[in-house]
Amino acid sequence: MAPVAPSPSQTSGPLWGFALLFQGSEQAVDPDAPGAIELRGRVIQGDGRPLAWPDALIEIWQGEQLARTRTDGEGRFAAVVAKPSAGVLPDGRALAPCLNLAVFSRGLLKQLVTRIYFPDEEDANAADPVLELVPRARRDALVARPEGDALRFDIVLQGDGETPFFQF
Amino acid sequence: MSTVELTDVNPPYLFPAYQSTIRRAPREQLVVLPQDWFHELPGPAFGRIPLGPNDNDLTNQHEGRPHGQRLLLNGRLLDSDGRGVPQTLVEIWQANASGRYVDSADPAFMPLDPNFTGAGRTITDNDGRFTFRTIRPAPYPGELGSFYRPAHIHVSLFGPSLASRLITQCYFEGDPLIAYDAIAQSIPDPKARERLLLRLNRELCEPGGMDSAIAYDWTIVLRGRNATPMES
Repeated sequence: MAPVAPSPSQTSGPLWGFALLFQGSEQAVDPDAPGAIELRGRVIQGDGRPLAWPDALIEIWQGEQLARTRTDGEGRFAAVVAKPSAGVLPDGRALAPCLNLAVFSRGLLKQLVTRIYFPDEEDANAADPVLELVPRARRDALVARPEGDALRFDIVLQGDGETPFFQF
Repeated sequence: MSTVELTDVNPPYLFPAYQSTIRRAPREQLVVLPQDWFHELPGPAFGRIPLGPNDNDLTNQHEGRPHGQRLLLNGRLLDSDGRGVPQTLVEIWQANASGRYVDSADPAFMPLDPNFTGAGRTITDNDGRFTFRTIRPAPYPGELGSFYRPAHIHVSLFGPSLASRLITQCYFEGDPLIAYDAIAQSIPDPKARERLLLRLNRELCEPGGMDSAIAYDWTIVLRGRNATPMES
């Protein structure tokens, strides 16, 4: 069949919460399940100000995991996730375990997608073919850091310390 | 004919007429992942998102009848090879007939309708078809100094691959406000912008009486697993 041009993206705007969130939507896994980890972070824009409530929808996906949450007044979000198993590329190379994270917001005409790597996977991260595509100086921004029993992953949309975002 | 990259259908991240892009658009280039690395991987799993059998009828979620013009949205979801995308989640949300969202972040310039929430969900059938029964949302004024947005319905779609996740909006053909809307005009290609238009389907309109509904067709195209650059 002839190729068809895709539909263009538009911003989610700020008024999606009543429709896209649901009870427990921030929990990609049961918080009591073995391996469940709290993932928290903060989203900031180019002038250092947060993407505060109501704007930013954070979606986390990997395999069967899906979480949705909304940033609060300080731009903070929290979700419950689990470290997924490692994947493999079609050419057989191993991928380090990671989660996909998408930011939708007022002011984003298309989502920004990044990848969250795990701090206890140093060897796998060092050999990960996706991280190899990211300039070395920016790779650390993709590795969550331990914060108590939780993991911390901050997102900078623009400017100093800008988070690497991916185009599939 | 020239070859265009698929990504050209999308607005740029930075579009100064839409002011909140100025501090939010990344300055660095996106890291481009080779297309064949992930195209066999399924898209996000949406199975946890609750879905009731009548969630696609937004006119029937409360005791009374919502205000406004009944609208039958006759949708078709295709991949970029022209095939229907079956069994995937479609979520919509919208303002009511006065231009007010139920969301607690709405500035509340306009009144709520106790009989209208404005959120719906459905799953495409085996041919990628879906329908929503709703009301026509009103245009609504934005923040101080901004103009009315054209009437629109927001839609969120999953689809077959990680690359196909899409949130967009549909507009009504012939709405003169579209030409003045920074969000709609951020799409560089006028033909791509036209793909967000709902088009009247006279055959499907349901005439007569208080439930009379105006039907609109909308075809949405997602990037598929084998999305390749195409001829424009």
